[in-house]
Amino acid sequence: MRGRYLPVAAFAGLIVAIQMATHFTGSGYHLTQLTMSAYYSLLAIGLCLLVGYAGQISLGHAGFFAIGGYITALLTTHDLSSRAGGASRWLAKAGILSARIDLYGGELLTVHPWVACLVAVLATVGIAYAVGGPVLKLKGHYLAMATLGFGVIIYRIVLGTEFLGAADGISEVPPFAILPGLEVSGKAALRVPNYYLAWGLVIAGMVLLLNLIHSREGRALSSIHGAEDAAEAMGIPTARYKLSAFALSAAFAGLAGVLLTHYNGGIGPSEASVMKSVRYVAIVAIGGMANLWGTLLMSLLLNYLSLRGYFGTYDDAVFGAILILIMLFAPGGLLRRDLLEEVRDVFRGNGEKAS
Amino acid sequence: MNPDLFFQYVVAGITYGTIYAVVAIGFNIIYNATGIINFAQGEFVMLGGMTAVTLSRFLPLPVAILGAVAVTTVIGAVIDILFIRWLRGPSVLRMIIITIGVSILVREAALHVWGESVRALPYFTGTSVTSIKMGNVYISPQVLWVVGVSAVAVVALSAFFNYTMLGRQMRACAANRDAARLCGISAKNMVTLSFMLSAGIGAIGGAVVCPITYVQYDSGTPLAIKGFTVAILGGIGNSAAAVGAGMILGILESFSIWVLPAAYKEVISISLLLLILFIRPSGIFGSAEEARLKEF
Amino acid sequence: MKLLSVRGVSKRFGGLQALEDVSFDVPQGAIKALIGPNGAGKTTLFNLISGFLRPDQGSVVFGGTEVLGLAPHQIAARGMARTFQQIRLFPRMTVLENILVGRHLHSRGGFLACMLNLPFTRKEERGIRETGSEILDFLGLSGQADAEAVHLPYGQQRMVELGRALACEPRILLLDEPAAGLNIRETAEMGRLISRIRGRNVTVLLVEHDMSLVMDISDDIVVLSYGQKIAEDKAHAIQKDPEVIRVYLGEGDA
Repeated sequence: MRGRYLPVAAFAGLIVAIQMATHFTGSGYHLTQLTMSAYYSLLAIGLCLLVGYAGQISLGHAGFFAIGGYITALLTTHDLSSRAGGASRWLAKAGILSARIDLYGGELLTVHPWVACLVAVLATVGIAYAVGGPVLKLKGHYLAMATLGFGVIIYRIVLGTEFLGAADGISEVPPFAILPGLEVSGKAALRVPNYYLAWGLVIAGMVLLLNLIHSREGRALSSIHGAEDAAEAMGIPTARYKLSAFALSAAFAGLAGVLLTHYNGGIGPSEASVMKSVRYVAIVAIGGMANLWGTLLMSLLLNYLSLRGYFGTYDDAVFGAILILIMLFAPGGLLRRDLLEEVRDVFRGNGEKAS
Repeated sequence: MNPDLFFQYVVAGITYGTIYAVVAIGFNIIYNATGIINFAQGEFVMLGGMTAVTLSRFLPLPVAILGAVAVTTVIGAVIDILFIRWLRGPSVLRMIIITIGVSILVREAALHVWGESVRALPYFTGTSVTSIKMGNVYISPQVLWVVGVSAVAVVALSAFFNYTMLGRQMRACAANRDAARLCGISAKNMVTLSFMLSAGIGAIGGAVVCPITYVQYDSGTPLAIKGFTVAILGGIGNSAAAVGAGMILGILESFSIWVLPAAYKEVISISLLLLILFIRPSGIFGSAEEARLKEF
Repeated sequence: MKLLSVRGVSKRFGGLQALEDVSFDVPQGAIKALIGPNGAGKTTLFNLISGFLRPDQGSVVFGGTEVLGLAPHQIAARGMARTFQQIRLFPRMTVLENILVGRHLHSRGGFLACMLNLPFTRKEERGIRETGSEILDFLGLSGQADAEAVHLPYGQQRMVELGRALACEPRILLLDEPAAGLNIRETAEMGRLISRIRGRNVTVLLVEHDMSLVMDISDDIVVLSYGQKIAEDKAHAIQKDPEVIRVYLGEGDA
């Protein structure tokens, strides 16, 4: 069972190694894209649980990311000082509101990032429960279309609403102070701490998910994916479990949205677009569907390359092509367990011959 | 509201509704033949419009449109041959993802070929301000073209399925694939044919509505969602019902401006889709007990 | 004591009356068989009893309470387990994992507890695995514990499905054609297994076509034909029932 955590340690080592590499080659700026990649990976592993293990396709997960991001952006940038009065002063004392100075030197009274984060994630989970109830009763094409539709609704709402910044989105989102001296923000001086914070969160998320899939609950989810009626016959309330997996993956997505918004200092409607949702599914697919580690590694790599601009104007096309190629030729993904075992056997075979 | 404005909304609703119905029929043709929903359906409509615009630069309009339909039909066949034909017993999830991927690739290709610019065909008769007086209201002749051409296409398709040997073979294949194969019908060819028909009718719709709605490289996806909504509303696989369902969605959407700002138009159609899926996925004319209603 | 009571159950599918006014009881500790020609409605009846279908009329009383209208997982929680006519093992899971799913009703850990790997879930998991291994031993499949369940030979897959149902520690076990597709030796093995299951205090209701198996292990038999019950009696008496003979073999002169 401890073997489950060995890859975690190895991955943590990889994260440190990457940071050291950028340090010694003086290319610390790479850490910015790697940190952003971490937050996208948080969403990806949550989606992997839903799509790969529980077997429920979601083509609208960018919607949950956007809900989390926009709520925190809204709450931490919307000036409440005009609604002054006893209530806001009391709230400020309680730490829920915080006073700060904006870019132009004006005074602002906004919601404290911790509170905003909590509200955003709770709202995301709440919406997931509300939407997931009826949506998860659907299967196959209908489920795909319904989740796609959900994503498009969110996109249209954030794109078309002046209050949410319409096409420009919301900017000037303040940093998110986690501890004294450590805040989630894009400041160059805090690049390294932010990098470790982001990937630390991802690793924590991985541990939680690994624990889940190796437990009775994880088995229940896999059984629902494999043969839903047989799972019901075993006493598993399949509807409730699907909903829980959906809500959990939405929570991961919402949290990712919150943190990335504070890191980037803003959010725009493109984060809710269909292309983003498709991209996330592509990453889970190429990672091997029911393969958390595969998804994580692919997410790290592909998001980093995309953010660095390696795919140029063909960014969306690349993910579309990945989806097709994987589904056509390797529906189990590239990092399938049995594929890796075959590779391992080849090496073992060679080793034995040599000795 | 005054009756003239009311009528304009109705006309707009019918125009768009016709195109939604055309997209839905395209969905149904492929669904009936294969059981899969082709997420790339909207791209056929987009390609019809875009290709027609390009061809109309150096060909007379009718020829350009025919050429566009031909090109899109070929693309439909190519899509089937490259991505679908050789798969063995793919799962529903796999097919969904493949057609989504195809839709993305087609869209990105269109982006690189035609850029982001919005294109439009010239009005078939007259200009954008010409109008015909019917009774005491004014309609743009293009609307008549849209409804007329679509109606002809739908009737021709129906005649094809009911009265030609090839059409009957396709229906046989849709009803019972294995039995059809035992009769010597090549199921794989029927599938390719269904993609071609679907692409063709989509292209016709795209070309004929292009002067009114303009076309852009990403016009396809919203159309696909609305077309799917209409297909489900009428009962998936039931193309006769799709026509009526298309009108319903078109008019609902048209009048939604009363209640919501224009930016939220798509929210209307998607909310309708979700509502249908939650309450009655078999659609208005589908039967809840029958799993698949596959006749045209 | 009557563990399961089916009363006046009817079900119609469009133009087809699949079941009409079927009633019978299954006493606790018995092995009762449901037989009948194909299309008689046996699997439909199973689906109705286990909650996968709603009857148009009638009632199903299990362990003293009406279970009509309950969801399958709720009926399972009351002590009913079943197998399926077409083997429904969980793909991508090992033999052991398949059986462990059967322990779901006897464990408690929720999402949060499992994610945090709390001590009580770890202890629970150990217990689950122990029981699972016991069942594998009972079935003689310990060697296959880590094999992917759907890759096993057909006969062994049937055993695994049986083991999965046993893991639920049910009061009644519904077996849908447990011997379908098995050869003579495997069928005899299955018969022995079912008898041993009765020894573990589990009541059995089975649907089966293999007459030798049915006659070997069943106490009582219910015969269905075209959705109606045409006979119910002790096993040896059913063989001589003229109505049953007519239904299975046709009229005299054929």
